[in-house]
Amino acid sequence: MLKIENLTANVGDKQILKGISLTVNAGEVHAIMGPNGSGKSTLAQVIAGHPGYEVTGGTVTYDGQDLLDMDAEVRAQQGIFLAFQYPVEIPGVSNAYFLRAAYNEVRKARGLEEVDPMEFLDIMTEKLKIVEMTDDMLQRSVNFGFSGGEKKRNEILQMAVLEPKLAVLDETDSGLDIDALRIVAEGVNKLKRPDNATIVVTHYQRLLNYIVPDYVHVLAQGRILRSGGKELALELEERGYDWLLETAGASA
Amino acid sequence: MPHLKYRELFDAAAPQAAAKDFLPKLKIAAIEHFEALGFPTTRDEDWHFTSVSPIAERTFRPARPAALTVTNEDVARFTYVDSHWHLLVFVNGRYEPTLSRFAELDAEVQVMTFAEALKEAPELLAERLGTLAPAKQAFTALNTAFMADGVVVKVPKGVVVETPIHILYLTDAHAANASMHPRTLVIAERHAQVTLVETFGSLGGGTYFTNHVAEVVVGEGARVDHYKVQREGHEAFHVGTTQATQERDSIYHAFSFAIGAQLSRTNVYSKLLGENAEVRLNGLYALEESQHADHQTFVEHIAPACSSREVYKGILDGTSHGVFNGKVYVDPQAQQTDGKQTNHALLLGDGARVDTKPQLEIFADDVKCTHGATVGRLDEMAQFYMKSRGIGGERARALLTYAFAAEVLELIELDSLKVALERVLFERFIPPETV
Ligand SMILES: Nc1ncnc2c1ncn2[C@@H]1O[C@H](COP(=O)(O)OP(=O)(O)OP(=O)(O)O)[C@@H](O)[C@H]1O
Ligand SMILES: [Mg+2]
Repeated sequence: MLKIENLTANVGDKQILKGISLTVNAGEVHAIMGPNGSGKSTLAQVIAGHPGYEVTGGTVTYDGQDLLDMDAEVRAQQGIFLAFQYPVEIPGVSNAYFLRAAYNEVRKARGLEEVDPMEFLDIMTEKLKIVEMTDDMLQRSVNFGFSGGEKKRNEILQMAVLEPKLAVLDETDSGLDIDALRIVAEGVNKLKRPDNATIVVTHYQRLLNYIVPDYVHVLAQGRILRSGGKELALELEERGYDWLLETAGASA
Repeated sequence: MPHLKYRELFDAAAPQAAAKDFLPKLKIAAIEHFEALGFPTTRDEDWHFTSVSPIAERTFRPARPAALTVTNEDVARFTYVDSHWHLLVFVNGRYEPTLSRFAELDAEVQVMTFAEALKEAPELLAERLGTLAPAKQAFTALNTAFMADGVVVKVPKGVVVETPIHILYLTDAHAANASMHPRTLVIAERHAQVTLVETFGSLGGGTYFTNHVAEVVVGEGARVDHYKVQREGHEAFHVGTTQATQERDSIYHAFSFAIGAQLSRTNVYSKLLGENAEVRLNGLYALEESQHADHQTFVEHIAPACSSREVYKGILDGTSHGVFNGKVYVDPQAQQTDGKQTNHALLLGDGARVDTKPQLEIFADDVKCTHGATVGRLDEMAQFYMKSRGIGGERARALLTYAFAAEVLELIELDSLKVALERVLFERFIPPETV
C-alpha cells in the first residue's frame, strides 16, 4: 500500500529525514517510536503533504501512485489520513460544517453523491458513538477551546468519518487519561479492516497493548535504526534508546 | 478650486425667493460653509490615508429624474427575504412609491419621505435637521446644501416598532456622473424602539457619487438598531456620515457592512449625553482589486457611566486599501466610562494594505478604555489542516475567510439580514465551482 524508499527531507536548510525506507501493506499496523526530535512527526507530515517540508530525495509510492506528486487534499481524498500531534484550532468554522465539507470532498473523489446536512447528522450520530462523544461538540468551532484530550478524540472522530485507507496517528495517545486512551484505541481498532493500514507514532508501550502492532520501528536522528515485532516495544520500554543509539554510532 | 463648481450648481437650482424659510436658509448656510471648507485633503488629520481628489476632480451634478426602469426583481436583489419589512425605495435619489411598501404601523409612528415631512411635519424638520451632523465637515455641508430626498422616522414615547424599516437607495444607469445626497433623520423618543436598515445598491450606475448623512436622536431609555449596507457599484464613490446622540439609559447599535465603491468613507459617530447609555459600533468591510475603504468611528463620552463597544473587521484582497480610525473622547465629567475597541484586518492580496489608527483622548481618571488592533494573513496551519482532510485550497481559503468574518456577522441581530450578508460575502470569496 505504502512504500517509502530512501526518503530524505529538509526544513529550511536543516536535513531532518536522512534516508527512510518503510513498507506498509494492507491490514498491517506499524508502530514508530523514537526519541524527541528524531523526525517522527516530520515523516508523518511529509506523508500527509505538508508544504513546509521539502523532500530532497527518495520516493514514496501509495497504491502504485507517486504520492509526492499529489497535493495534500488529493492525498486525503485518496484515503490518507493524519491525526495531528497538535490538532489545529479553527475559530469560526463549526465542527459539523468542517466534517461534512471533508466528508463530501472525499465522497466526491470516490465518485459518490454528496450528502446534505440532515443525512450527515444521521451519519454523525453513529460516528460519535465510536469515540463516545456527544453531539454538542458539533456546533463548536473546530478544536477551538477543546481540552488536549478532546482534540485527540476529535482527530479520531474525523478518522471515523473519513474512513481512510492509510491512517497515520501521531502521538494520539499523548495527553489522554486512561479512559480516553481506551476509547481512542478501541475507536482505532473498530475502524481497522483487512484493506486498510495504520501507522501509530507513540512514546508509550501502553498504547500498543490496545493497538497491537505487527511491526515496531525505531526512528532516531532521521533514520530507522531498528525494526522488529511488538516485543521490540517492550524492550525499548525497559532499556530506553541509548543502547540503540550507541550501536548505531559504532556502526556509523 | 474644484469645489467652487458646486456653488454654481447650487445657485442654478436653489430658489432664492423663499430664503426666509428654514430649509433654504439651512441650505444656503451649508453651501457657504462648504465653499469656505473645500474638499478635505490628506493634510487634514482625519483624511490622512484617504485622498478624495478622485471625487473633487469630477463635477457630479445632482441626479435628474428619469423614466423609471427599475423593477421589483431589481429591488429583490437588495432586500432581505423578509418581505414584511417596511420598504422605502429610492432610485437615483428620488423616492419611488410604486416600488415601496408599508406594513401596518402604529398610528403615532411617523415614517415619511423628506418631501412628505416638509408638508406634514415642517416644525419637526426645522427643530432637528442639521442639529446633530457636524456641519464643520465638508461632505456633510455638501449633503445639507444639496439634499433633495430622504427619510424621516419619528417613534413616539414608549412605542416599539417591531418590524424593521428598510430604506433602499438604488442607482441605475441614469446615475452616471451624478450625485445623490440622501438624508435620514430618526427620532426615537423616550423608551421607543426601532430598527432601521439602510442599503445602498447599484444596478449598473457607472461612476456616480453618493453622499449620505443620517442623524439619529436616541431618547432616554430608547433603543435604535441601525444597519448600513453599502453595496455600491465598483466605480462609484460613497461618503456617509451617521451622527447619533444618546440620552440616559439608551442603546444605539450601528452596524456597517461595506463591500462596494471604488472609494468610500464611512463615518459613524455617537455622542453619549446621558448617564448609563450604551453604544455598539460594529462593522465588516470586504475589498478586492483596487478598492479603497476608510472607516472612522467617534464616540464622545460626555456623561458618566456609559459604555462603548466596537468591533470592526476588514478583509482585503487584491491591491485594496483599508483605513480604520477609531476615535474615543472621554470628557472630564465622564467618570466610570467603559470603552472597548477592537479592529482586525485580514490581508488576502499580496498588494493589499491597511492603515489603522486608534485615537484615545481621555480627560477623566476613573475610566476603563482598551483598544486592540491586528493585521494578519490566513493561518497557514489551518489551511494545511483543512487540506489534510480533503478540502481543497480555494475552499479552505474561503472557509477561513468566512470564519474570520463570522465573529462580527454574529453581531447582526436580524437573522435574515445576517444570512443575506453571509451570502453576499460568500459570493465574493468562494469561486462558484466550489459551492
Ligand atoms: N517547522 C520547523 N522548523 C524548524 N525545525 C523544525 C520544524 N519542524 C521540525 N523541526 C525540527 O526537526 C526535528 C524533528 O522534529 P519532529 O517534530 O519530526 O520530531 P519528533 O520525532 O516528532 O519529536 P517528538 O517526539 O518530540 O514529537 C526537530 O529537531 C525539530 O526541531
Ligand atoms: Mg512529534
